[in-house]
Amino acid sequence: MNADFEIQLIAVLVSVACALPGVFLVLRKMSMMSDSITHTILLGIVLAFFMTHDLNSPYLIIGAALMGVITVWLTETLTKTRLLSEDSAIGVVFPLLFSIAIILITRYAGSVHLDTDSVLLGELAFAPFDRMILFGRDIGAKAIYTSGILLVLNITLISIFFKELKIASFDPLLAAVLGFSPVILHYGLMTLVSLTAVGAFEAVGSVLVVAFMIGPPVTAYLLTDSLKTMLFLSAIFGALSGILGYHIAYLLDVSIAGSMAVMTGIIFAMIFIFSSKRGLIGVLIRKNRNRKEYAQTTLLLHVCNHQNGPNAREENGINSIAEHLHWEQNKLEKTIYYLLRSENIRLENGLIVATPLGIKKVENEKIKLFGN
Amino acid sequence: METLILLLTDYTFQTVAMGSALLGIISGVLGSFAVLRRQSLLGDGVSHAALPGVVIAFLLTGSKDTEILLLGALLTGLSATLIIMSIVRYSRIKFDSALALIMSVFFGLGLVLLTYTQRMPNAHQAGLKRFIYGQASTLLQRDVVMMAVCGIVLLTVVVLFWKEFKLYSFNPEFAETIGFSGKILNIILSLLVVLAIIIGLQTVGVVLMSAMLIAPAVAARQWSNRLWLMVVLAAVFGAVSGVVGTLFSSAFVKLPTGPVIVVCITTITIFSLLFAPNRGILHRIYLRRKNRVQFKLNGGANL
Repeated sequence: MNADFEIQLIAVLVSVACALPGVFLVLRKMSMMSDSITHTILLGIVLAFFMTHDLNSPYLIIGAALMGVITVWLTETLTKTRLLSEDSAIGVVFPLLFSIAIILITRYAGSVHLDTDSVLLGELAFAPFDRMILFGRDIGAKAIYTSGILLVLNITLISIFFKELKIASFDPLLAAVLGFSPVILHYGLMTLVSLTAVGAFEAVGSVLVVAFMIGPPVTAYLLTDSLKTMLFLSAIFGALSGILGYHIAYLLDVSIAGSMAVMTGIIFAMIFIFSSKRGLIGVLIRKNRNRKEYAQTTLLLHVCNHQNGPNAREENGINSIAEHLHWEQNKLEKTIYYLLRSENIRLENGLIVATPLGIKKVENEKIKLFGN
Repeated sequence: METLILLLTDYTFQTVAMGSALLGIISGVLGSFAVLRRQSLLGDGVSHAALPGVVIAFLLTGSKDTEILLLGALLTGLSATLIIMSIVRYSRIKFDSALALIMSVFFGLGLVLLTYTQRMPNAHQAGLKRFIYGQASTLLQRDVVMMAVCGIVLLTVVVLFWKEFKLYSFNPEFAETIGFSGKILNIILSLLVVLAIIIGLQTVGVVLMSAMLIAPAVAARQWSNRLWLMVVLAAVFGAVSGVVGTLFSSAFVKLPTGPVIVVCITTITIFSLLFAPNRGILHRIYLRRKNRVQFKLNGGANL
């Protein structure tokens, strides 16, 4: 395996592994918790390092995952006092733990290779240098195995507990009634998120783990209402941003993790703007159309209400109607133009008169609005 | 004691302490509004989004003047805020997801640009990274002057729009019905918050800036139900932790200023959560005890 291929493989494995638990974070409105966890695992790593004095010790991973869960617990304990809102609790807890980690690192660990840079920013380009040696043979980059294991773990756990996670995410009360403890599921999920963050940060850095956890699921959320499809789409978007990000980084000779994160952003922007159902363009067109139709109906209703009344000349006169509707001249002219074109109204010496077609339309609208 | 006096009269210390105190005041005041409007984490998002702005400003102008770099940060920070708001407005994605996505993508873009500048032949780009972690010790007198000017402008705007901000923070619907434009107020308030964050970047860095915004406000909230008192207290807490943090980090070797300031302000927050009268956790426990005793005295059953 050459280094190029290895890096792409790691990129895909990491981003898919992050995207899967990320789906549940997005659905449970806990996206910012991932940001918090990815920062505080640094403290877990530092503390475990002080105990073991070995940067390759598995305790580092355990320490980090544990710190992730502690972060969630602390945040929720603070929120439960109801003295501050949940987002404030997140914003108080993680900077504190992160600050302690930085203070510890600068004070005591200056001589070892444990710097905030590698944790926060990560560098995928160096991943192939760290080899996995088994029985004296080189069997590929270490990161392939760590991220591979992570991915398998995520897929296995999510498929085993799919039903439980689904119910607990969409209807925690029902889950509790049915006998699944939402608390256990919640902390289980958070452990999984922490583990994923720990496994991924070496390759992509902790800030960008957030991009891979949240980006693909949010993009998928724009496209589907089915949880299974959302998981599937997230995995695809994750893998896609991994591969595309790598190639762009290669072309421009820049940070791979950074360009992968930018890629998740670009994919999101594409879907956000152009998706047919919930895309920005679609929404704007729909809003505009609704506004136009509403204006036309309002004008027609007004005209029909007054056209046989005593004040018809005042109410429906082309020069005075704007005042009665509280409309600007521009909007009035446009609406009249559209209504004339669809032959719902006609103009009779300065007076707007609804045609039979218009009257019929108003009757239909009235039934729609007020029933029979 | 002598060393303390020596330290307090030290010019560098005075500059850094002044800067940190100013930052504490500004972020305390604006943070109060962010916390009340439940947009605490916006600070986190904006500060991360400022990184590409810093690098772009450097790439375009080749200058490393703090003002120019921070202007770039202001622009990307603002555009990130606007993007987040329009995502929330035009899709079913929630605020926190939009925030997490945009801030990490912008930060990624910042890293891409940063690695791009590192390939440039001269070593002129060194020092841009100080915005990631913040380095209070690099504060110069002109930086402090700039902070003071920005601070005065920000505080003046807050005083001028006090009634509007108050109304909009607590009851945006009512503010709209009596004729204030929610859209404009939202933009002004967000602009001020973004400005406050940008000012703090140099001192505490992108990661810790969110704490400077949230912690003083949360602490102050526990002591009072009046907005003006909360804002004043938040400013005081922010300033005190700025000075105390600088003091500690100057008195001991190898103690980074930003993180120490954050530890200080969080300590104040935890203290407030525990001991504040009327709202604090201890007071609540005391009330529960008192009620139980009174219940028993009035002939209630033993619980």
